[in-house]
Amino acid sequence: MPRARQTPRSAVRPGGLALGLSTLYLSVIVLLPLAAVAVKAVTQSPSSFWQSVTNPTSIRALVITLVVSLLTAVIGAVTGTLVAWVLVRDRFPGQRFINALIDLPFALPTVVAGLTLLALYGPDSPFGVHLAFTRAIVLVALLFITLPFVVRSVQPVLLELDREVEEAAASLGASNGVIFRRIVLPALRPAILSGAALAFARAVGEIGSLVLIVGKTQIASIVIFADIESDAPQAAASLSLVLIVLSLLVLVLIRRVGGRVGH
Amino acid sequence: MVISRRARLSVRAVALLYLVALLVLPVVVVFFKTFEHGFGVAWGWMTTPAAVSALWLSLLMALIAVPLNTLFGVVCALVIVRRRGRLAAVLDSLIDLPFLVSPVIVGLALTLVYGIHGWFGTWFSDHGIQIIFAPAGMVLATIFVSLPFVVREVAPVLVEVGDEQEQAAATLGASTWQTFWRITLPSIRWGVIYGVILSTARALGEIGAVLVVSSLVAGSTLTLPLLVYQRADQPGASATTGAYAAATELAVISLVVLLAMTAFRARRPQSR
Repeated sequence: MPRARQTPRSAVRPGGLALGLSTLYLSVIVLLPLAAVAVKAVTQSPSSFWQSVTNPTSIRALVITLVVSLLTAVIGAVTGTLVAWVLVRDRFPGQRFINALIDLPFALPTVVAGLTLLALYGPDSPFGVHLAFTRAIVLVALLFITLPFVVRSVQPVLLELDREVEEAAASLGASNGVIFRRIVLPALRPAILSGAALAFARAVGEIGSLVLIVGKTQIASIVIFADIESDAPQAAASLSLVLIVLSLLVLVLIRRVGGRVGH
Repeated sequence: MVISRRARLSVRAVALLYLVALLVLPVVVVFFKTFEHGFGVAWGWMTTPAAVSALWLSLLMALIAVPLNTLFGVVCALVIVRRRGRLAAVLDSLIDLPFLVSPVIVGLALTLVYGIHGWFGTWFSDHGIQIIFAPAGMVLATIFVSLPFVVREVAPVLVEVGDEQEQAAATLGASTWQTFWRITLPSIRWGVIYGVILSTARALGEIGAVLVVSSLVAGSTLTLPLLVYQRADQPGASATTGAYAAATELAVISLVVLLAMTAFRARRPQSR
């Protein structure tokens, strides 16, 4: 967050009370409950923590979740950039409608998305495509709910991009491929990566759109849910802690890659 | 980049096909499946006592969570943009936690604090207050998952508008409150409104966190998304129609939300 210079006294500058109340609200609503998860995971014998994290179901769930979420981020980065490109650089009738449609996954409750995927690719699929209870349908669901992230982060950058540089390169004989790789992509890369990182974070924790369609394809959030339902809060807390740490690690990694390639 | 007409058309075709398959088809299916057996059947499913109370409960959750998060959001955005210091910086970095944590973990976390075996569970049950498997816990879950939206919409607007006008108002003798109501709030209003729309959408649609702390009893702890889940989980084609009917209610609400988002997106000073 870019911070304004020191705000002078004369402007509206919140006092210590506002700071204290904000901190209190965040602590009670968010930090206290999350601390309870960490404490629950840590205050058990190391062997039972280890056991609940390294049993085959948990390992499988963690691997599937991370792989599918990374796939979602990668595919989302490509398709999202493509869609943003078409929305900014192309002109066609109905474009404003399509532009508005992009936010649909943020507006539509995720369980509704899951239900429709079940209708489209489930046992009664009108196309004869039976993907229900497979990893493929998890991927489709995650692509749906994370679609706006990359599009909405790339769109404004693409809009501001100076096209004269591209024209100059073209007049010097650069092909479209070279122009895209050397001029457009480097400018978009931070936006693509930050959108993809948001998509990844969202995908790792997703449950609403998956709860109806995953069945035996055990992904992490579903395994945690099953642990809670079967009254095994310690196992649930252990897996939760590992999931949070792993996804934070991947997010840091994505930022690192973005920083290095960007230079 | 000078792109040939053929290349441009094919990129457009690929993008539009992808969007139609991923976004448009599902919405069409919801409406089709709902009214497959006629309008009357669908209407019947939408007006069962369970469905009516689920709609009201969902609206109630949003009505409690969104105003609280809006108030917090505006104050917190002012704190992180206008104050320097370590605590404000820590606040800034922790605000996004609800976006990073899975909703199931949110539900688990609330159970560990307020459940019977939780930190404060005994105290609350001694005083006859039930939080987990009761609406109170669902409200807490809803507040948690919709918390960052207003802060994240308002903070960049605050940075952009700056504070020159506020200083001018103060020079002319306005009190801090007058300056806030007459200058600050009007200049950030589109950011606030957009944040409110996003939080409302999230609050109405939340299922993961609420699922963990709900007892799924119609009339008391069943929201509209939970009703969709419950009906879809039941065997039998007629319950499935019921699930689609409830889903259609949610889809209509979300189309209204989408319209509002589109209307206000253009008015925000920046587009993310």
